[in-house]
Amino acid sequence: MSATEVLQPPTGPEVGEDAPRRSGSFWGDVFRRVRKNPAAWVGAVVVLAFILVAALAPWLAPYAELDTPGREHLRPTSLPVPGDLAEFPLGIDRFGGDVLSKLIWGAQASLLIGVISTFFGLVGGMVLGALAGAFGGWVDGVIMRLVDILLSVPNLLLAVSIAAILGRTPLAIMIAIGVSQVPIFARLLRSSMLGQRSADYVLAARTLGLGTGRITMSHLLPNSVGPVIVQATLTLATAVIDAAALSFLGLGGGRPETAEWGRMLTYAQNELAIAPSLAFLPGVCIMITALGFTLLGESLREAMDPRTRKR
Amino acid sequence: MLRTIGRRLLLLIPTLFGLSVLLFFWVRALPGGPAAALLGERATPEAIERINEAYGFNRPLPEQYITWLGRLLQGDFGNSIETRRPVLEEFINRFPATIELSILALIIAVGIGIPLGYWAARNHGKLFDHISVGMSLLGITIPVFFLAFMLKWLFAVQLGWLPTTGRQDRGVDATHFTGFYVLDGFLTGEYDAAWNAFIHLLLPALALATIPLAIIVRITRASVLEVVNADYVRTGRAKGVSKQIIRNRFVLRNAMLPVVTTIGLQTGLLISGAVLTETVFAFPGIGAFLANAIFARDFPVLQGFVLFIAVAYALINLLVDISYSIIDPRVRIQ
Repeated sequence: MSATEVLQPPTGPEVGEDAPRRSGSFWGDVFRRVRKNPAAWVGAVVVLAFILVAALAPWLAPYAELDTPGREHLRPTSLPVPGDLAEFPLGIDRFGGDVLSKLIWGAQASLLIGVISTFFGLVGGMVLGALAGAFGGWVDGVIMRLVDILLSVPNLLLAVSIAAILGRTPLAIMIAIGVSQVPIFARLLRSSMLGQRSADYVLAARTLGLGTGRITMSHLLPNSVGPVIVQATLTLATAVIDAAALSFLGLGGGRPETAEWGRMLTYAQNELAIAPSLAFLPGVCIMITALGFTLLGESLREAMDPRTRKR
Repeated sequence: MLRTIGRRLLLLIPTLFGLSVLLFFWVRALPGGPAAALLGERATPEAIERINEAYGFNRPLPEQYITWLGRLLQGDFGNSIETRRPVLEEFINRFPATIELSILALIIAVGIGIPLGYWAARNHGKLFDHISVGMSLLGITIPVFFLAFMLKWLFAVQLGWLPTTGRQDRGVDATHFTGFYVLDGFLTGEYDAAWNAFIHLLLPALALATIPLAIIVRITRASVLEVVNADYVRTGRAKGVSKQIIRNRFVLRNAMLPVVTTIGLQTGLLISGAVLTETVFAFPGIGAFLANAIFARDFPVLQGFVLFIAVAYALINLLVDISYSIIDPRVRIQ
């Protein structure tokens, strides 16, 4: 999955030196290049729409999250599909919940789980990566062995095992996905920082008598963090998909009618013959969201890639 | 070469050791401890005490770990709480199903992905290129279980062409001895049984193949684009080297290096995907069994299967590295 594929960090401060520069800073240049990329615009619009829907869910959704307003329309052998009933434009599910409302509330759940788990992964990975990159030596060795152990189990399987141990709660899912992301961020930041360690400006700072902590925080980290940010955007796509996968496997906990895209798919399984839209709609929502983050992340990556920047 | 393989196998030992420590303490971190997991949520304190005594769960943790590790090294991974059968036996019974499924998925992904990526690169900037780039982007972002659903709905529920669940119809008269049903059918000459097993594999394999397929298309395309403009290819053309030789020896062989690495990286994805795909299709492999064990908190199965999968994963990656050095002689020297 390209979203988990590890980025090559830019090699040192001379990145993009040959690029004809109009604005002075690296980030200004990246921003200008991203703005010219139509894929980035599509991604940004999708991501923005997703965030807005998620944030405004209480106002946008016609019904509350756990409401079952369509109960009287339930029949054992059929379910109203999109277009059948004016008051439920996207139909109702087996619990009598309004599918449109649940999709909107589901966006909120996905955003929360996606952002918080990626935040956990990012913080955990950056702390480990920064320690390894700043100190090197045995600290680096110990941390990288730990990362190797985490990497020895396939990503989603790791998340699933952790969530299974922590119990069936949304927080367990967030922690599980976060931990499974730690290795990517740790490796990325470490290799990015190792590339900077021998740079002249770091040597200069060391000569001036600055301590390791100070050099790490104010020199190494700000200059190494670019690829990590890009990876985080791409990882959000994976996190949304993984969150859906985990709740699909029944690890989300809470009431069965909870509005989560993955869980909606779980229950759609039994209705596949009579109401395929119950599976189709949440699936498409997951896909579009993941697509948005992927497009945005890849445009950022392309804009920061020293090989394309030179052209 | 042999030294490299030996070194890699030795490096695997500390990783697996670390993993076993993690897995051990994971289970000890369960609310109520392993005894509660064994007995279920409504266990009485007396019953828990009895189990703790019988299984030694009240001994000091390092001592318990050493005992557990000692059993693991003798091939005793404990018994499944659900089925009461040895974990190792459960794994061996189901592993061929998943391998069969993964191999077919990989064949689909590589067989379609590499030609598609190559053609996209050769038609760079044209309609075919745009379509394959767009499709592969969709392929990466589609959740595998959702795709499995859609395939099941279309081909099994709507069209009725292919079976929805299982590995083989119950009515089929088939002899099994390797555990690979398609292979068994061929070995025993029961071609109808082989065909029946094959059509059961088709939908789950297709679902499982999609993400690796999309990734292989992207990597092949990018890699061919990079190689096709290389100086040595231009020199070859200028010298009048035939088109086939340019394609096969100059472009493809060099462009395949990143692709082989990518294929190796897909094995993790295949294993994770198998958990989800097998669940949707009720396919009796390690994935579906593991998903069930996760739900039932069958911790001996969870521990054992994660360890087995880690070993398999590491060995496959080692194989990939070996094949890498065969394709690229420059790697062989190191």
